[in-house]
Amino acid sequence: MKVLISIKRVVDFTVKVRVKSDGSGVDLDNVKMSMNPFDEIAVEEAIRLKERGIVTEIVTVSIGSSACQETLRTAMAMGADRSILVESENDLEPLAVAKALKALVLKENPQLVILGKQAIDDDSNQTGQLLAGLLDWPQGTFASKLELASGKAVVTREIDGGLETLELPLPAVITTDLRLNQPRYTTLPNIMKAKKRPLDIVKVEDLQVDPTPRLTTLKVEAPRPRQAGIRVASVEELVTKLRDEAKVI
Amino acid sequence: MSILVLAEHDNVALKPATQHTISAGARISEKGGNPEVHVLVVGEDAEVVAQASARVAGVNKVFVADAPHLGAQTAEAVSAQVLQHIQTGDYSHVLAPATTFGKNVLPRIAARLDVQQISGIIDVLTVDTFIRPIYAGNALATVQSATDAIKVLTVLSTGFDAAAVAQGNAPIESVKEIVNDPSGTRLLGRQLSSGEKLELTAARVVVSGGRGLQKAENFKLLEALAAKLNAAVGASRAAVDAGFVPNDYQVGQTGKIVAPDLYIAVGISGAIQHLAGMRDSKVIVAINKDPDAPIFQVADYGLVGDALEILPQLTARL
Repeated sequence: MKVLISIKRVVDFTVKVRVKSDGSGVDLDNVKMSMNPFDEIAVEEAIRLKERGIVTEIVTVSIGSSACQETLRTAMAMGADRSILVESENDLEPLAVAKALKALVLKENPQLVILGKQAIDDDSNQTGQLLAGLLDWPQGTFASKLELASGKAVVTREIDGGLETLELPLPAVITTDLRLNQPRYTTLPNIMKAKKRPLDIVKVEDLQVDPTPRLTTLKVEAPRPRQAGIRVASVEELVTKLRDEAKVI
Repeated sequence: MSILVLAEHDNVALKPATQHTISAGARISEKGGNPEVHVLVVGEDAEVVAQASARVAGVNKVFVADAPHLGAQTAEAVSAQVLQHIQTGDYSHVLAPATTFGKNVLPRIAARLDVQQISGIIDVLTVDTFIRPIYAGNALATVQSATDAIKVLTVLSTGFDAAAVAQGNAPIESVKEIVNDPSGTRLLGRQLSSGEKLELTAARVVVSGGRGLQKAENFKLLEALAAKLNAAVGASRAAVDAGFVPNDYQVGQTGKIVAPDLYIAVGISGAIQHLAGMRDSKVIVAINKDPDAPIFQVADYGLVGDALEILPQLTARL
């Protein structure tokens, strides 16, 4: 079984971004970039399925600037077999990304597409569901457990209030939640090996996807900063403050 | 034109997140010359939910799609039903709560409508311009959807007050047609936390624990405090990763976003992704033994000390 994984290059999760003073966006100059953490979990899950003999080929896809090649190399150093970069000069919105992925799915014919549930830069949490909708495939979002057997996926999902288990006929789209697995680290020998793995580059226009944005970002601003608070010396003082000053208990 | 709100419910009760979403819908209505706000309830034997929706202030009409295959509320079945209903009306906006329910279902609908959804709005500026947090809440983007014919939006409860459950008496109608779901997706089961657990996003007080609580058993100390304050219990991602509590306790960028009157963070260092989930709380208390922990930078009241010693003392004094 072939599996397609989509990965996004994003600001590293440890970076606290700063809003540009002209309100046009956030400052990404000289900021550390990494693979979106949820996408790392998607890559790891595919590798584990391959190690169990269920998956035969792992294709990773990234959509963005040529810098995404680095992220794809990381995925291949983890264990992906080959990669496709869909090159786009401008940032694509989730709908355009999903359309590009749909075009690749129709070409590659995977039985399973795994994506991170959410990119930690725009926090949209859409692409997997959009892709499932466009393909009219079943979807198992926010997965914390995935099992594949006899043409079906059994997915345990993280939902508000607990867990839910769904059975989906394949092909299907899965999005990952945190507890699905712990992604492995890349090793130097594997990083060297990954350099030799195939990485094809296509233009987003070649996939007949219109990259024109539907939304206009009029302004990006920093949230109102919180007033600096005070330190209390004891539990007694805390209770007094909460009762008499803040009046919340 | 009308505004459609997709109700979140469990076939028995309307979830509070729906009331916040109805508020957002009412706000859009005010900005757009007062079109009607409709609520769509998709489920099985969910008449009670429809009646509850009809009483919420700001709702003009309630539609119910009631069928056995809709009871599990899978994204496949619900989205097909919502799409069918949209065709029967003249809708300018489709809204759902930005909860795991809304996040799961709504993009699937947006894809079929060929619309770029706007996720997690916290404010309505005009009928097509909204504010949403990005980068874990470290930036707020003002986003306009000018070209898409229908605006598809998920709504963060923290941005809008819950619409009151008033003496409203909106008419309830069945949808014109029930749509089958040929996807083959089947619900095998649910494991839900015990019913006594207060819902994080609806609670007036939230007490959250982090890695500083050291082990799962110590969450009992937090639960004792929560019981005294009638609070919901949350956790940091670190505490979830360490296996102290289930994932649905998680407050943060990738978990739940809360804004209670009082948020007490115990043994939580205050990573960016956690702050994203609670920074809009009215009053924040931080208890941590590390005086340099970043959580103190957002706390109104900070207490430096060992959480395991302080928790029982605090519970005793309330």
